[in-house]
Amino acid sequence: MNNPYIYILIMAAVSFLIRVLPLTLIRRPVRNRFIRSFLYYVPYVTLSVMTVPAMIEATGSPLAGGLALLCGVFAAWKGAKLLPVALICCAVALLTQLIL
Amino acid sequence: MRKENTSIFIQGLRDGVPIGLGYLAVAFSLGITAKNSGLNAFQGFLASLFTIASAGEYAAFRVIATRGGYLMMALMILVANCRYLLMSCALAQRVSPGMRFIHRFGIGAFITDEIFAVSIARPGYLKPAYTYGAAAASVLPWAAGTALGVIAGNILPDIVVSALSVAIYGMFLAIIIPPAKKDRVVLGIIPVSFALSAGLRYAFPGLNENIRVMGLTVLISVCAALLFPVKEQEEPAEAPEGEVCRE
Repeated sequence: MNNPYIYILIMAAVSFLIRVLPLTLIRRPVRNRFIRSFLYYVPYVTLSVMTVPAMIEATGSPLAGGLALLCGVFAAWKGAKLLPVALICCAVALLTQLIL
Repeated sequence: MRKENTSIFIQGLRDGVPIGLGYLAVAFSLGITAKNSGLNAFQGFLASLFTIASAGEYAAFRVIATRGGYLMMALMILVANCRYLLMSCALAQRVSPGMRFIHRFGIGAFITDEIFAVSIARPGYLKPAYTYGAAAASVLPWAAGTALGVIAGNILPDIVVSALSVAIYGMFLAIIIPPAKKDRVVLGIIPVSFALSAGLRYAFPGLNENIRVMGLTVLISVCAALLFPVKEQEEPAEAPEGEVCRE
């Protein structure tokens, strides 16, 4: 059984190093085009693969999760901000489960 | 000098208040994830206080939920938070060359999408007092929100908790979808990532979730970087706008 406090310590330590090392060691801009491109795409890819299929599986019902996903994508596309999109997803998931 | 620092700190504090309000809501839904991974409110509070990263913490909580190893935890945080490397590089260009190491550590420790955004927008050399002010107003709500989410997850009915658990994904969507309207490569990357992630999940149900997320992130990002390198003149610290909301 892994200790939650050791997990938290690792989370904190690695995050701290990522944030602090460039600021203390690297004093010049990152010029390498491949590295810059890679770092540019990483957030989008990682958030995408963390969202699907986890969102579909998050509630007891794949239908509720799937509908929440579709409505969330639509709302975000239409320009809804972070909090409204999140609330719309929750509402869709809740209603679907209540109706089923 | 001290008086000047105080007034800069207060400016940071003022800019940090709206950030903190937004954090409270996001952290609340993150707290539901923390609760589902088996953490208690105090552990959720500590994790958020010291990690201060929504996607990073979400990934970390999934590692805990799936009982991943400690090395897996370190790698996952590295991948999910690696954009902070870039932000740190960008801030390194904006601080006084003679700035003491303690303040370089201090500024770095509080890099989040929002604190970075307000800090980098300051004219001239960045004063550490400003970043400390913004962090003072926003990091505690972030940690408190996570603890509240864990508590709410424990007392609300199951059907509500399961509905709330999609909130964090809704926030992820709100981060990745708007840039996709402006950048055609991002527009293509999102459905490809969705499809590969879901495809792998169902083709190999036994495949470890953390390895799937990490492997696909590196693979797809490397392919995208090779096929569609970003333009030369772009700013090095190009992050998705507002990972945590700023309302």
